[in-house]
Amino acid sequence: MIVKTIKVDQLARVEGEGALKVVARDGVVQSAELNIFEPPRFFEAFLRDRMYSEAPDITARICGICPVAYQMSAIHAMENALGVVVDGPLRDLRRLIYCGEWIESHTLHIYMLHAPDFLGYAGAIEMARDHADIVRRGLDLKRAGNSIIALLGGREIHPINVRVGGFYRAPRRRELQPLAEELKRARDLALATVRWTSSFDFPDVERDYEFVALRGEGEYPFNQGRIVSSRGLDIAAAEYDEHFEESHVEHSTALHAHIKARAAYLTGPLARYALNAASLSPIAREAARDAGMGPVCANPFRSIIVRAVEVLYACDEALRIIDDYEEPERPAVEIEPRAGTGYAATEAPRGMLYHRYQLHADGKIADARIVPPTSQNQPSIEEDLKIFANAWLDLPDDALRHRCEQTIRNHDPCISCATHFLRLDVDRGG
Amino acid sequence: MSTGADRAREDPRIIVLCIGNPDRGDDAAGRAVARALRALLADVDIIEEEGEATRVLARLEGADAAFIVDACFSGAEPGEIRRFDASAGPIPRAALGASTHGFGLAEALELARALGALPSRCVVYAIEGGTFDICAPMSPAVAAAVDIVANRLRTDILANN
Repeated sequence: MIVKTIKVDQLARVEGEGALKVVARDGVVQSAELNIFEPPRFFEAFLRDRMYSEAPDITARICGICPVAYQMSAIHAMENALGVVVDGPLRDLRRLIYCGEWIESHTLHIYMLHAPDFLGYAGAIEMARDHADIVRRGLDLKRAGNSIIALLGGREIHPINVRVGGFYRAPRRRELQPLAEELKRARDLALATVRWTSSFDFPDVERDYEFVALRGEGEYPFNQGRIVSSRGLDIAAAEYDEHFEESHVEHSTALHAHIKARAAYLTGPLARYALNAASLSPIAREAARDAGMGPVCANPFRSIIVRAVEVLYACDEALRIIDDYEEPERPAVEIEPRAGTGYAATEAPRGMLYHRYQLHADGKIADARIVPPTSQNQPSIEEDLKIFANAWLDLPDDALRHRCEQTIRNHDPCISCATHFLRLDVDRGG
Repeated sequence: MSTGADRAREDPRIIVLCIGNPDRGDDAAGRAVARALRALLADVDIIEEEGEATRVLARLEGADAAFIVDACFSGAEPGEIRRFDASAGPIPRAALGASTHGFGLAEALELARALGALPSRCVVYAIEGGTFDICAPMSPAVAAAVDIVANRLRTDILANN
């Protein structure tokens, strides 16, 4: 029997610390593991007995790349528990700050983490030596996302202006105008990014994923919508726990999520696109079509094009929101604490992010549950490895290792977000 | 993004970039140096940042000389100060300690170098930290190092003018 083991002890160009291990016997992959070994972070426990109003700022600290997603899922879940509906300009401002995060996070992944795989570089620094203008374009595009978050959130990382019920301060119309000028330039850069990524060579592979994403009413989803899947699931966020379950696996400090009675599923750009492409703005739809994208993309290597299309959409949507913006009478709606349970899912750049909170009558948090996109995608990422690596086993070890790493980077996993769980078994000796 | 050398300018633009998280124990060292240096030097652009690499890159843009201070975690004694001339060559990553996101100060400086955007003079002070716990106070050895680095920076900057 010929046994071949491919191990990468420290994955590069992913957020956080993880490893991978693929084992093949007699030319067939037997197992593939994305090993997540970052220590658990206990955020759900930190939240207990804190006020409902603290959840956005506490959960923002789960991730430096996607803090807005944590804030948005937290505020929507709290508002669901407290019976509050936020609409009009405040709802639009929430979409606007989410546009900033998608631009920032996706652009970082496209240019710094993912593109070097397709152009044959070890990383962004090596790529920049030969393609300085392209890397500068990525940095300029990312800066537009940072500017949105800085203006609406008060600072670029871990924004401080978001609250349950709205914002602490709503921007004046005139403050948004310089942002619009920057976003018009960014939209051109994003269009160039779609064209650039579509010129890469992609392995000719497809997967039969069950895609899961939010679906908004006539709008590409950020904050709201029903949870739908490509195999007929169509539920409210409040029904998430009835349809999804998490389990612990030995090789990971992150939980693995599955659809009950079915199996692995995929959330993130490919899923959002497959379930919502018709809701993209005309410029984003046209760019996707010109890039050779059909209504569904099931090749995870081509996710870089979908991310670029989403960046283009986010620039375009941000401009639409700024153009239509009317200053709200108040920056937030009044909140009265009460007992209850609230549920929300929003679309983090990497995929759906589910929060559930149970509140005491005084507004203190009794229980919290957070399911980040990376733990939802981990089973599908491992299946990608298992399926794709079979065809690559004849490659030299270095090339095979690189393909396996790239297979993981296709999904932009945020390992730091995913590791919030530890099962503690205590043997007390009788 | 233009290089410092590309631009004809009578007064060189000097920045001091102080990196750190004020709420994470000794990671506050860079930010504390910013405050100490402001008391020692007027008319110098002292910038505080949390250390996100592309933000660091943006700050370096257009500077002729950059003095950077950051806490590090390399296994040395807390409070130990190391000085690197980044304009002469790459800073060893191990000396700064790896960022959990794999893209920290050392990578930001190398990316700036690859883009031709590294200031022609770039000096990095690394202060070894002992604790990076949330809301922990700065250790006494690191607090002492903050004053020493602020004074050394003052000497560096005055010599640069």
